[in-house]
Amino acid sequence: MSKWYLGVGEQSDIVVSTRVRLARNIADYPFPAKLNTKSRTELNNLIKEAVEKDNPFNLRFIEMKTLARFEAASMAERHIISPEFASDADGRALMLSPEEDISIMLNEEDHIRVQVMKSGFALDEAYEIADRIDDSLNEKFDFAFDSRIGYLTQCPTNLGTGMRASVMLHLPALTMSGQIHRLINTVSKLGLTFRGAFGEGTSATGDMYQLSNQITLGISEEYAIKNLKAITLQLCAQERAAREELLQDADTEDRIFRAYGILKWARLLSTKELMENLSLVRFGSVAGKINVPIETVNELMISMQPATINVMAGKRLEERERDMIRAKTVREKLG
Amino acid sequence: MLCQNCGKYEATTHVKRIINGETAEAHLCTDCANALGYTDVFGGFTNTFSDLLGSFFGEPTVGALSSRTVRCEKCGSTFNDIVNSGKIGCADCYRTFYDKLLPSLQRIHGKTRHEGKTPKAVKVETDSTESKISRLEKELKDAVERQDFEKAARIRDEIKAIKEGGKNE
Ligand SMILES: [Zn+2]
Ligand SMILES: [Zn+2]
Repeated sequence: MSKWYLGVGEQSDIVVSTRVRLARNIADYPFPAKLNTKSRTELNNLIKEAVEKDNPFNLRFIEMKTLARFEAASMAERHIISPEFASDADGRALMLSPEEDISIMLNEEDHIRVQVMKSGFALDEAYEIADRIDDSLNEKFDFAFDSRIGYLTQCPTNLGTGMRASVMLHLPALTMSGQIHRLINTVSKLGLTFRGAFGEGTSATGDMYQLSNQITLGISEEYAIKNLKAITLQLCAQERAAREELLQDADTEDRIFRAYGILKWARLLSTKELMENLSLVRFGSVAGKINVPIETVNELMISMQPATINVMAGKRLEERERDMIRAKTVREKLG
Repeated sequence: MLCQNCGKYEATTHVKRIINGETAEAHLCTDCANALGYTDVFGGFTNTFSDLLGSFFGEPTVGALSSRTVRCEKCGSTFNDIVNSGKIGCADCYRTFYDKLLPSLQRIHGKTRHEGKTPKAVKVETDSTESKISRLEKELKDAVERQDFEKAARIRDEIKAIKEGGKNE
């Protein structure tokens, strides 16, 4: 079973993954906040039956209440579901593909949130699949829609296309050189949201950023994706130039190899330490300095998050136990 | 509640996150939310926005205080319910409170007219023929300005079809 993060796609030196989400609501049902657990469950079962009738992506139905809290948190860490969805299981269900690249969240903020995730830079491909799923659901249900303001959503910020497209970018050089702050300011003026993809606080853990379209009303899916693509490619070009410049400096190579050393030999690794060092190793790997496949880096970045280690262990571990398992797994993976 | 980042100002943005393997909620003031990239009143699928959204809808107008409060016939929401929760109750709320919501939509998206995908069978056509044609003519102009000629051609055909009365009815 190949998970999305085990692949390597276009522009994968910088673009780690692509994600497209569509928000839809079924006409005639009030939005989720106005539904009780019973009606939400009813609605989940209606959608389940409709999807399972003709199920080209082999989506599996999971009631969120059947999962342990750390299992739900792990899905959010792996970006299969939103943190909001993981935070409350009441009347919520998930439909998930075996590769975990396609998911449909039921009764998140809207009745239906279709999500398609791909390795690398694959906006058209991801949108095309989301669009197909939307069409096939639309054969079975009437969606809440108004010809003036588009698809109707519980929160007016998602009105219109209901589409949120995003890319996860690895930007170590722009971060190290400090150019990132200026870019975040510039890009947010172009109708895009740009922020750290992991962790909390001001810094983007592991130099991972998420770039997505901000506006959904008055801008077509096609145009929003075109805009996101153009800006992603510009950021990639700037990151590559900044990497080249940093690599002129012996300090950069030293930092890369020290990071590699820590990951190869550490006996205890916190999430933060892992992410910071993996970022340098990823940079070194792309630059041809270290022979570690990018797939391995991507896999460790996603699968060594705390809740996901709990899932591997089958129980909620203490932080120190996780740090030990994390260090051991990373050592083995880096051989 | 005070902002968790600066500890100085009232928290207005509440963001669900996964921190150290657990779901947690971060409470941030508007400035810190902006600084950390959570201007996600506009952006995120993952946030709860009620407070900030409330401020978008502004103070209740004098009309809202009048004796007869308008309620959505379908879900019973009043406009104040929407402002207080930051959530729309149902699809009909959008029709009931359309005029009141419009300025907020303009502020959030900068536009108030949908462009893009349309569901296969749209049963309710809310536009009159004239307003539909004038909207399409505006979209046509936009498309030409953007040099999106493929789309322009499509819109031109649509206008023609409506004028000839050959579409939708
Ligand atoms: Zn603050
Ligand atoms: Zn309503």
